[in-house]
Amino acid sequence: MGRNAARLAAVAAFLVTLGACGGSPAPAPQTDIGITSNSILLGTTNALSGPAAAYGTIAHAEDAYFTYVNNQGGVNGRKITFKIQDDAYNPANTVPLTKGLVEQDQVFAMFSGLGTQDQTSVRDYLNSKKVPQLFVATGATTFGKDFSTNQWTMGWQPPYQGEARIYAKDVVQNHPNAKIGVLYQNDDYGQDYLKGLTDGLGSNASMIVDKESYDVTAASPASQLAILKSKGVDTLFLFSTPKPTIQSLAIITGLHWTPNAIYLNSVSNPQVYMLAAKTAGAALANVTSVAYLKDPTDPQWANDSGMQQYKTIIANCTTCKPNDGFNLYGVAVAYTMVDVLKQAGSNMTRKNVMDIAANRLNETNPFALPGVKVKTTSSDHFPIMQEQVITWSGTGWTLQGSLIDERGTLK
Amino acid sequence: MQALLQQVVSGIAIGGIFASLALALVLIYNAMGLVNFAQGEMAMLATFVAYALINRGMSYWIVFPVTLVLAFGGGIVIQRVVIRPVERAPILTLVIITLGLATLLNGLAGFMFGYVPRSFPSAFSAQTIDLLGVFISYRDLGVMGVSGLVLLAVYLLLQRTTVGLTLRAAAHHPEASRLLGVQVSWMLALGWGLASAVGAVSGIMVAPILFLEPNMMQSIIIYAFAAAVLGGIESPLGAVVGGLIVGVTVNLAGAYIPFVGGDLQLAVGLAIIIVVLIIRPNGLFGRAATRRV
Repeated sequence: MGRNAARLAAVAAFLVTLGACGGSPAPAPQTDIGITSNSILLGTTNALSGPAAAYGTIAHAEDAYFTYVNNQGGVNGRKITFKIQDDAYNPANTVPLTKGLVEQDQVFAMFSGLGTQDQTSVRDYLNSKKVPQLFVATGATTFGKDFSTNQWTMGWQPPYQGEARIYAKDVVQNHPNAKIGVLYQNDDYGQDYLKGLTDGLGSNASMIVDKESYDVTAASPASQLAILKSKGVDTLFLFSTPKPTIQSLAIITGLHWTPNAIYLNSVSNPQVYMLAAKTAGAALANVTSVAYLKDPTDPQWANDSGMQQYKTIIANCTTCKPNDGFNLYGVAVAYTMVDVLKQAGSNMTRKNVMDIAANRLNETNPFALPGVKVKTTSSDHFPIMQEQVITWSGTGWTLQGSLIDERGTLK
Repeated sequence: MQALLQQVVSGIAIGGIFASLALALVLIYNAMGLVNFAQGEMAMLATFVAYALINRGMSYWIVFPVTLVLAFGGGIVIQRVVIRPVERAPILTLVIITLGLATLLNGLAGFMFGYVPRSFPSAFSAQTIDLLGVFISYRDLGVMGVSGLVLLAVYLLLQRTTVGLTLRAAAHHPEASRLLGVQVSWMLALGWGLASAVGAVSGIMVAPILFLEPNMMQSIIIYAFAAAVLGGIESPLGAVVGGLIVGVTVNLAGAYIPFVGGDLQLAVGLAIIIVVLIIRPNGLFGRAATRRV
């Protein structure tokens, strides 16, 4: 009898547990480090000083978006606090600053840390601590491609290889007889693009007649461009950083060279660089690039609700120039972050947030071009894989054709 | 053939850029018997000053001489404030101080002006001249022409004026000069001011081609060192000839030696420094230093 009573009690306890799991109205709210009943603490490292300080405004624009969200009541009643640290684009600073944010400030997640080398230098650490390293501000393909071994790290913007594959599609379609020449920076950045182009061309890879590299410390790419011209290149790719790109545009004109198309990578295409090249004498004929965000200087978005919302948001940042595309980038990526936090709802754990970001994103971002989906699935961790070709009109960028979708091509 | 000639011509063009900064290095070497690692950064900062003045609406032709005067004054101030306290310290101390100065000025320019590359106006057209299919721009020719004028001025100053003679004497025989009534310390300051002004000319001439940002001169200072060493570090003519040789060599090595390519051009510049120092330490135009024992 005693034994039966014990059994009965066990069965009863089991049934009660089952009931609690299935039928009760809501599970107890879960939280994690960096979350209180009324706050969420996020951290970032960005280049507020140093050689890449032009990017620093991204962090301020992100903060402006969080302020905007907080003023509207926050995320499910919690206000976001965003702690920005300046690593001056130097991995030797990124490591201690990130450790400080994680261990002393006890952030819930790292968000939108800048730079390929910088974010690579803390990837192992953040993964071993199981701290989300969300939406890093770099297009290095590894941040999406190596998700299986780094499940707490994700990128956001289109990966460089994805971007280069879009160029490949455009070339094959619009310049089928092109003699392609490539100028690329001789590091991971340039080679990532080059690989994307070569893979994207596939059986057409023989269209590449010459590729020339330059070192990041070089004074001028004039010699390489003269070689590319002498090889009969008529379609030129510049996989370079902004300064060599604008130098190249001026040198090409100086060589009396008019390629049928000059493809610039998205890193180098902000208007400020195009205007610098123009002042230095560049003709800027047949210049092509890609975009996935709305350009704040493009008049076609003047009455767009997303752009008007952006203008309202960016007013929260006194140092941010509204026309700087980096600020629109910051607001757009912060929108995705808030979207993820909202979806996490009451289950505000690092694990759940990471799961939503990596596997269950499906967002229409008001600051991205119409049709761009910010999307992840259990087998695809590259949130943005659509871009649209743009051409330089002389005063601004003009969208061409329709979105090109490379989703699923990078594994 | 045309491709080869284009490489030579663009090598000469970039060599003119190296030469313009090498002239400032030669001048400071003549004045203090030591190179100044901050020479490039001082030139960059002077160029930013010119940029700021032009942006305030001043005419290029007024800004140019004003900047030279400011750079001259700035060079003297730096020498008085930073170098003078350690004037008699060992060479290593001075080298470290100029390296520190370079870092400081670079950071200062970044803090004040940011790191976005900017276009800078030029006195010369961006148009290029077509020499049977080989192109060189008026700006490149302008850099060379102005470097030639600076070379002439530096040569006349050092070799044909009392000031130049005193400058060199103060650098090489400070004790004897002092006994003869030369204000050695102020001569050093004068040397810093002149080198700073020559550097400013270089910065203003090359900024339209390289685009102005705080790291603008870092990309050329190693080549400028190579040029000065190759020419004989005391010789202004050597600096210009050395600059052109380095420019052409680096370009040709990059274009025609497969393993050099675009990646190892800087290594070629460094190799030139090492080879010259081993084989002909006094460079092409330098005189061997003799010492009686």
